[in-house]
Amino acid sequence: MSSPNDLKYTESHEWIKVDGDTVTVGITAHAAESLSDLVYLDLPSVGDGVNVGEGFGEIESVKAVSDLKSPVKGEVVEVHDGLEDDLTTINTDPYGGGWMIKVKLAGDLPSGLLDAAAYDKLVAEAS
Amino acid sequence: MPPATELRHTPLTAAHEAADARLVDFSGFLMPVQYQGILEEARHVRANVGLFDLCHMGRVRFTGPQREQAAQFLVHVNVSKLKLGAIRYSMFCREDGTTMDDVLVYRDADEIFFCINAGNRDRDVAWMKEVAARFDVQFEDLSDELAMIAIQGRHSTTTLAPLCTGGPDEAVRKPTPDGPPGIDGPGPGALKYYSFYRGTVCDTPAMISRTGYTGEDGYEIYFAASEAMRVWNALLESGAACGAMPIGLGARDTLRLEAGMALYGHELDDTTNPVEAGVIVKPIKHPHDFSGRAAIEATVASGPTRRLVGFTTDSPRVPRQGYSLHAGDEQVGSVCSGSPSPMLDTHIGTAYVTTGHHEAGGRLEMDIRGKRHPVTIVDLPFYKRDY
Repeated sequence: MSSPNDLKYTESHEWIKVDGDTVTVGITAHAAESLSDLVYLDLPSVGDGVNVGEGFGEIESVKAVSDLKSPVKGEVVEVHDGLEDDLTTINTDPYGGGWMIKVKLAGDLPSGLLDAAAYDKLVAEAS
Repeated sequence: MPPATELRHTPLTAAHEAADARLVDFSGFLMPVQYQGILEEARHVRANVGLFDLCHMGRVRFTGPQREQAAQFLVHVNVSKLKLGAIRYSMFCREDGTTMDDVLVYRDADEIFFCINAGNRDRDVAWMKEVAARFDVQFEDLSDELAMIAIQGRHSTTTLAPLCTGGPDEAVRKPTPDGPPGIDGPGPGALKYYSFYRGTVCDTPAMISRTGYTGEDGYEIYFAASEAMRVWNALLESGAACGAMPIGLGARDTLRLEAGMALYGHELDDTTNPVEAGVIVKPIKHPHDFSGRAAIEATVASGPTRRLVGFTTDSPRVPRQGYSLHAGDEQVGSVCSGSPSPMLDTHIGTAYVTTGHHEAGGRLEMDIRGKRHPVTIVDLPFYKRDY
């Protein structure tokens, strides 16, 4: 399965979609599938600051709690209200309806983000 | 996880791979944690029937003239009083009463058989060999030569019986068998719960045991490892009409927790004793010594300072091992296990709590990263089957 080409990815399995100085953040199809049975999602509030590689929330499956790591530095400007009540969307539509937060960038995008081909290679090598 | 090539396989690993199961490291074995999804599989076992590969577990026995004395030194139950064909749950304890493993003990005419945990197999074997040296017994580790499959759920007899010959002796036989008979006799449906008989499954000699770790009716069968794949496929075929499907260890953990059954490494470990765990609650009546007896009796007499309890929570967060439980400012407990419960439709957990905070109905708070979540102590088990 190929990841969408218009997104960028992290090694910790988040994706971002860049639109000017605002980025939308979610987790990849691979991450959602690995977690499977999702039971809980904790997202930040509008106005919270996020930093590269630091947790912006938590996602919980039957078996484990995982940190959601921010791919970028900036301020949360929108949070996907209601997503926590319909977690299956993260499995069924991870790159669309499963988006989690929108962040107004502070500065440039960090280096080290992966394009779709590099991310797919990472996933293929790990499995 | 270490590379899959370094993990031990069971005789059924190829079947799990073919079924596209998610395989993980469990006690050094490459084991299926899920096939379809943990909660879906758990519901399926409650409603229908499921098959579990348990070949990773340890299977050991004592034979010889003093097999019962040797076994008696290891467990709290009165081994020589067990009926032939009876099975009991017990624990291997150290002299100080702490728990090395929890086990099933099988009394047969010429052997005492134990089913032990995969994760404790090496040290259990070392301990059993040490004990065996004090008696006129032979110890054998049959873990590699015997396969073990569980068939669990309300349709387990319908699935298993058509493949079996023989039936239980009168001492462990039900007056009216459940489900269909075997090929040439009453078959497994005539077994009382927690008993076993020796017959055949798919024409292979087998020990057929009415036991399980799900809270459902069901069986655990032991037979030559070389026949594992054939028997597994025959069970899937035999049970197809009533929904038999393979179930992973993830669902097994949720099922055993709903049934209030302990898992070594969670409810039991090197620091817990059987009195705290609620396995031994009264003074032991038989006269036989066993490892840990004095310490265990002292704890029964004084009352344990902490007790294993079940709890439910309305929090959206799943209880996890190690989360602390609080009564106001005071920490009074620690979580052992937690899971969403498909049957209760809420999250459930087990915990050790300080005596006095263990009564059902009590309210405590669970700390998750500094946030408090209310929990309610409830009686175990969370789930009892209704058939």
